[in-house]
Amino acid sequence: MPLTPARRSGDMMTDALLSVRNLSVAFHQGDAETLAVDHVSFDIRPGEVVALVGESGSGKSVTANSVLKLLPYPAASHPSGEILFDGKDLLKTSEPELRRVRGNDITMIFQEPMTSLNPLHSIERQIGEILEMHQALTGSAARIRILELLNQVGIREPEKRLTAYPHELSGGQRQRVMIAMALANRPKLLIADEPTTALDVTVQAQILELLRSLKGDHGMSMLFITHDLGIVRKFADRVCVMTKGKIVEEGTVAEVFKRPQHPYTQHLLASEPRGEPPVADPARPVVMEAKDLRVWFPIKAGFMRKVVDHVKAVDGVDLTLRAGETLGIVGESGSGKTTLGLALARLIASEGRIVFIGDAINGHSFKQMLPYRSRLQVVFQDPFGSLSPRMPVGEIIAEGLKVHERSLSADERDQRVAWALEEVGLDPETRWRYPHEFSGGQRQRIAIARAMVLKPRFVMLDEPTSALDMTVQAQVVDLLRDLQARHDLAYLFISHDLKVVKALANHVIVMRMGKVVEEGPSEEIFRAPKEDYTKALMAAAFKMEAVENDAVGQ
Amino acid sequence: MNAPASTVAAGVTAPAKRPFLSPTSKRRLANFKANKRGYWSFWIFMVLFVASLFAEFIANDRPIVASYKGEILYPVLIDYPEEKFGGFLATTDYRSDFIQQEIDANGWMVWPPIRYSYQTVNSQIPHSAPTEPFWLMAKADRCTAYPQGDQDPNCRLGNLNWLGTDDQARDVMARMIYGFRISILFGLVLTICSAVIGVGAGAVQGYFGGWTDLLMQRFIEIWSAMPVLYILLIIASILPPGFFILLGILLLFSWVSLVGVVRAEFLRARNFEYVRAARALGVGNWTIMYRHLLPNAMVATLTFLPFILSGSIATLTSLDFLGFGMPPGSPSLGEMIAQGKNNLQAPWLGLTAFFTMSIMLSLLIFVGEAVRDAFDPRKTFR
Repeated sequence: MPLTPARRSGDMMTDALLSVRNLSVAFHQGDAETLAVDHVSFDIRPGEVVALVGESGSGKSVTANSVLKLLPYPAASHPSGEILFDGKDLLKTSEPELRRVRGNDITMIFQEPMTSLNPLHSIERQIGEILEMHQALTGSAARIRILELLNQVGIREPEKRLTAYPHELSGGQRQRVMIAMALANRPKLLIADEPTTALDVTVQAQILELLRSLKGDHGMSMLFITHDLGIVRKFADRVCVMTKGKIVEEGTVAEVFKRPQHPYTQHLLASEPRGEPPVADPARPVVMEAKDLRVWFPIKAGFMRKVVDHVKAVDGVDLTLRAGETLGIVGESGSGKTTLGLALARLIASEGRIVFIGDAINGHSFKQMLPYRSRLQVVFQDPFGSLSPRMPVGEIIAEGLKVHERSLSADERDQRVAWALEEVGLDPETRWRYPHEFSGGQRQRIAIARAMVLKPRFVMLDEPTSALDMTVQAQVVDLLRDLQARHDLAYLFISHDLKVVKALANHVIVMRMGKVVEEGPSEEIFRAPKEDYTKALMAAAFKMEAVENDAVGQ
Repeated sequence: MNAPASTVAAGVTAPAKRPFLSPTSKRRLANFKANKRGYWSFWIFMVLFVASLFAEFIANDRPIVASYKGEILYPVLIDYPEEKFGGFLATTDYRSDFIQQEIDANGWMVWPPIRYSYQTVNSQIPHSAPTEPFWLMAKADRCTAYPQGDQDPNCRLGNLNWLGTDDQARDVMARMIYGFRISILFGLVLTICSAVIGVGAGAVQGYFGGWTDLLMQRFIEIWSAMPVLYILLIIASILPPGFFILLGILLLFSWVSLVGVVRAEFLRARNFEYVRAARALGVGNWTIMYRHLLPNAMVATLTFLPFILSGSIATLTSLDFLGFGMPPGSPSLGEMIAQGKNNLQAPWLGLTAFFTMSIMLSLLIFVGEAVRDAFDPRKTFR
């Protein structure tokens, strides 16, 4: 719903807190100019939460960053538009004046709580800096205010946390500190750029809860940038759907979700992962079996580096995986699910019995493992990191063939590569291109093709969909299910995204701190979780609700 | 979305060719070319360097081609005994009047533009060495030492000292050309050897980490804490000086400079997912290092190389200057600087060496800068 241009800027001052009109952002590289944001307009009224939704590359973050002019100028420029905040055009204000607005009237929280806090400053100093800068508050007065803020954002025992450094806090706590910094000067507008994307589902629910209550207390407006439609539905008042630098649809949340007008919005809403997992069949041969699997990292102390304790990353896990089935491993970050997968793939040392296609492989050295490697494959989380940027796609896929099927001639190898690319739905003609020429989803397909070309029996999928956009996620899930049915693959599917697990896995293991909390057929677990922890996980993932019980950490 | 199952594609018959340069390399090359100063420096340097490789054809005390009694001779390439022309020396002195007259009477010869090699002593200098460049002398004074004065057939451009002579009456121009060549060659060989050893050591350290890394790192710390210059001086005074001995001595200490960078790159990159993925495929350690990690480290290495090259050249020159470098008589810029210092009345010595060094090093630095910027992904040229 485009805004009517007839509205005068005079009444906007009484109406909208922030008004973005016809904003464009262009980036220059060499002589090339790319338009990242194309004539975008929207308003935020006092006390309102506006969500900016779109996939990666749609220009939503760039739009948000231009509000405070945080883009890399002069590589970026604004060919058109104005950003009116309290009637002032922020694009035209001078840098000193803008600095008074930043962190005072408008504040921002970022996606990555790991990197947005200075690792060398204590919490007290980080928050104190902002108070000093904008309110000239120092000493004990500042300390009182800091404690008040930390209480507000729900940090337990804030007195003890004042001297803590960022690395001593969990991801959720860091994001809370970020929010405390953002609230320090009682801003009128808070810009939140994917504030929960890097967090676990349970923590995400807590943070959303916190933001909602703070909004109520302070009467702040919020510009909320996210790719997660679930959050938008739960949290925002109005939503702007962005794609390719344009806002294609705008309206109240209820309106947009009930009656999406634009085909892109409809596509986005329809792209939740769906489908049925394979049926469990106890008669099928066992592909992977582990008994009492343990991965303990020693903690050494003292002069002689004596082992005083262990970090029990994986502590006594049993599992059985049959051909054609998918075992889902879920849990928060740090629960040991990836470590479990790496141990099963024999990429890290572990104790306990691992049986792969009938052979015990737990004692095998790297050399002894070599014959098994072709049938035991891994697909990693990040499609941008898992492909060597300096090799053409064809060579990346052919690498495993060069190790495991040395007898193949160059032509035969080429054919196998082409076959693998077709298997994952890519044009074999693209195999001399380099990874950066592909989108995230295509890259993940290439990573899958690299595993498939060796015709494996077992594939460990380590969060293969987490780094992908919603619409692409659904496609990759379909592809994985398709490949499984066709080649009778056994999947170990590791994910924190319960929606995807629900669509793929027939058996689920819920992990927490290295131990199995709950395990069973996925249908049963998703329908009627028994343990408190599983229940909290489900509530957070499917309803975005924070459950207050002891099972969930902060 | 998905292709039909397990059929080998029909489209495979015409395999697309792998492009010669990866897109990244293409962009870097374009970036390099866009840096005009660096690009021009590169070409000027290459022209000078390639020309100096053929120094024997530019400045030499023997003809390039000669015809003697119907036989075509190549004195530049082949040492003919003087008997051939009726003399008695083991090697022919083509500059002597007797041989020149003999050859001219029975054929012809083609001289290089400069008729001196780096160790040819000009016995016809007008006054005691060092003599100034000919264009600083009056026309009549230039050839006073020749039998027929300025009417002498040998009083020609090729025999005049374009940049004067040094204190042993050797042609400065010829010594400069040969000195330039030997500096560059020495620098290149030293740089390549240090790079190979340094990259290898850094790669092993970074990839294997743990005890390997710890021990080598401590060794390098101790090794690089040694007073390099004194050790160089001591070794140089014990061992007979020479190109390869010097190279070896300098190599002992210069390989360390790249280790840190390469080690850091390998430490960083060995946890990349594509390296883990390669390990999951069963690819061996050395293949992973070579194929997946080395290209990452090469950027840092290549960026450093021009600067290491200019550093090596400067080191050789300073050793030569101190007299611990190349054996006496060899063409070297350092020795020329030392002569300039000792003969302040002959500024052409010091000035020639100074300009050669500064132009050579500036060119290399400009090239190095351009290479560094070309590899910087954030740098954009307008």
